Formats: sequence, C-alpha cells, structure tokens
Amino acid sequence: MSEIMKSAKETIAERVAKEMRNGDLVNLGIGLPTLVPNYLPDGVDVILQSENGFVGLGPVKDEVSKDLVNAGGQPTGIRPSGAFFDSLLSFSLIRGGHVDVTVLGGLEVDQNGNLANWIIPGKMVPGMGGAMDLVTGAKKVIVAMEHCSKKGAPKILKECKLPLTGKGVVDLIVTELAIFRVTIDGLVLEELQEGVELETVMEKTEASFTIDSNLKTEQLN
Amino acid sequence: MNKLITIEEARELFRDGMTIMSGGFMGVGTSEKLVSAVLASEAKDITLISSDTSLEETGVGPLISNNQVKKVIASHIGTNPITGKKMIAGEIDVELVPQGTLAERIRAGGSGLGGVLTPTGVGTMVEEGKATLEIDGKEYLLEKPLHADIAILKAYKADKAGNLVFRQSARNFNPIMALAADLVVVEVEELVEVGELDPDTVVTPGVLVDNILV
Repeated sequence: MSEIMKSAKETIAERVAKEMRNGDLVNLGIGLPTLVPNYLPDGVDVILQSENGFVGLGPVKDEVSKDLVNAGGQPTGIRPSGAFFDSLLSFSLIRGGHVDVTVLGGLEVDQNGNLANWIIPGKMVPGMGGAMDLVTGAKKVIVAMEHCSKKGAPKILKECKLPLTGKGVVDLIVTELAIFRVTIDGLVLEELQEGVELETVMEKTEASFTIDSNLKTEQLN
Repeated sequence: MNKLITIEEARELFRDGMTIMSGGFMGVGTSEKLVSAVLASEAKDITLISSDTSLEETGVGPLISNNQVKKVIASHIGTNPITGKKMIAGEIDVELVPQGTLAERIRAGGSGLGGVLTPTGVGTMVEEGKATLEIDGKEYLLEKPLHADIAILKAYKADKAGNLVFRQSARNFNPIMALAADLVVVEVEELVEVGELDPDTVVTPGVLVDNILV
C-alpha cells in the first residue's frame, strides 16, 4: 500500500508497533489495537495475551475450534508455545505487572494520564470488561486512537469529562497526528507523524503540553 | 457416590430468588444444557453472576431474554443488547465489575476470604461506596466476596468422581466458580471411569463437584 493511501488507523498501528520490544507480553484491546502485529519491525516478535485465558494468541490454524476464541469472542488460534489458564491467572498476569504493554483505544485522554474508554452514560454502557485491570496493571499503557472524534472534537483534553477507566495510568498517546508521552510534569509532544505541522496538532489538542527538545519528525519541515 | 444427574433432575435444582453463577466467556465454556434447565425450571428473580451476558441467543443470554433474572453481576453486557434495554427500563439491576475483580471476588467467596484489596478501579466509578486502604503508599479498594447457591459449569471431560479437565479458552471462570457455590453442577462433553484421568492433569478436583450432567 502506498504511503499516501495509508489510513489514520494504519498510521497509528504502525507507530505503536515501534514501541514493542522483542519478547514482550502484550495485550491488545479490540479494534484498532489488533492491527499492531501487522507492523512489527523485523526481528521483533511479541507474545499476545488473550484475557479470557491464554497466551500465544495467533491466527486460526487448520480448523476452527468452538472452545478457542479471543477476548472479542471471535474464533482464533494459539501458537505452539502458548498456554491456557483460568481467568484468575489471566488477571494475575495483568494486575501483577507481568504484561509489558497494553494497547487500548480511547474516547478521551487527559494531560494527567487519565483515560476514559468504557462508558458514555445514557448512551453506551457496555461494561469495562478487563480494561480497568489492564490499565492498572500493565507496565506500559499505550492509548492508540484518532486525534479527534468523528465530529472533529479534540479527544486529548485538559480533563476527561467521561467516567474514567483509570486514573493517571496512560504512558503514551499515539494518534495519526502526533505522539505524546505522559510525564509527572504533564504531557510532552515527542513526535509529529510524517507530514503533520505543529500548528495542526496545537489546533486539535485541548490539553496543555510542552514540546520535547528532540522533537522528531519523519520529514524535515 | 453417584453424582450423575439427568436433565430432568437438573431442572428441579433451581428455585425463585437463587443466586446462580455461570462459567463461560461470551458463551464459550457456558453449559447450554444447564442454561436450558434453568429456562425450563421457570425460576424467577435470579441473581446471575457471570463474566458477561454473552449474545442474545448464546451462553446465558437466553436467561436475560426469558425475564428470569432480576440482577446481573458481570464485567460486560455490551454484546447482548437485551441486557442494556432491560437495565435502562429498570427491569434488571446491573452491577458492572472489572473482570479481574470479578474473578478475585469469586475466589474470595470460595476461599474463605473476607474480600480482596485491588488497585483496579481506584479513582473511577467502581470506587463509589467502597472502603479504600492505603498500603505501603498505594491505594486499594476493598472488594467483597461473591458466593452463589448454585454454580452451573461446563468442562470438557470428567470422571465419575467429578474430577474436571477443561479445553482451551473454555476454562475461564469455571474452575474459580467451582469453589464458590453451595451446589456445583457441571455439564461435561465426555464422562470417563475413575482412574482414566491422570490426577496430574485434573484442574478442578472432584471433591468440589456435586452433580454431573452428560
């Protein structure tokens, strides 16, 4: 696929993939995060966890098993190195800090690293599933989301308005426009995605942020 | 001791107002036969404890549609629109619990613990009404145990003593719930004689299982 044709989601997934280290135990949320493995750099292989009870999530091999589904309930496969376990062990892996990276979508993120992605009161009340445990326990929490809502409203805010999934839990925000790191001093703009102007990011971000002195762009401005 | 029961006998186990735990995740690892037994029992005002409410037609979903449930304790209801509709209409009370917390609360209920302390949910809606404790500078929520009158479980294989072996991701909440109910009933795909399962491969010991439905 040509660079020009790359969608926002693909741009985000490709950048998130660069955060993975070889051998990381990774838990991916449903939707956009599931695209990340398609973009892992050469020499980087990760172990995927499915919170319904196994590590070694992989493509379906040979035939579909009714007993083997991913955390979205879809038929899936397991690698030869994988292992099955119950929900207690699965969430001990998550809460106990054994999961290196989790990648989740977001409805809102704020400059204090708060994340809201599980409920829109009165509209969408699906439940948090495993998301609250993941953001609490994973060593690194990456929010992978489009920079603005479908209506064009900023999603990176001074303060989340929706009920939180986790307080002060986010480490990195990756959008199709930019990459922000959450630090104890607030949000730091670390990178602009290729071809994106700083002004665009400033315009579309409600949160206050500082600009990293080593701001990287793929392209010289 | 004969633990085998028929589907007709299974129907007689359920009463109005019972708390029922069901294993399974999106219906995988949920006993369809025992769900159908609950449907046939016409027991009402059930409190249902389950990972999720599956889809309308799978797992525990039919119990929701059949108006038998007054309260659901689950981590996710989004895949079954009927649960949401009934919640909004005030017909079902829904307690949403983070999935890892749900597993730990059931474990606590089955392990003689007064609760668990978890950092999950601190600073969110989940914290409301709960005691918090600071331990070594970190904040935790006190989550109370869950216990049920009956656990309806699904296993791949059992021997006649009730020792259980699970298959793939169908294990999920089943082994945890086997500890946390007064009566533990399990549907199995295959029943073998005592001695045919290697004790090293048994996941849930038969001492926890009261009834087996093939």
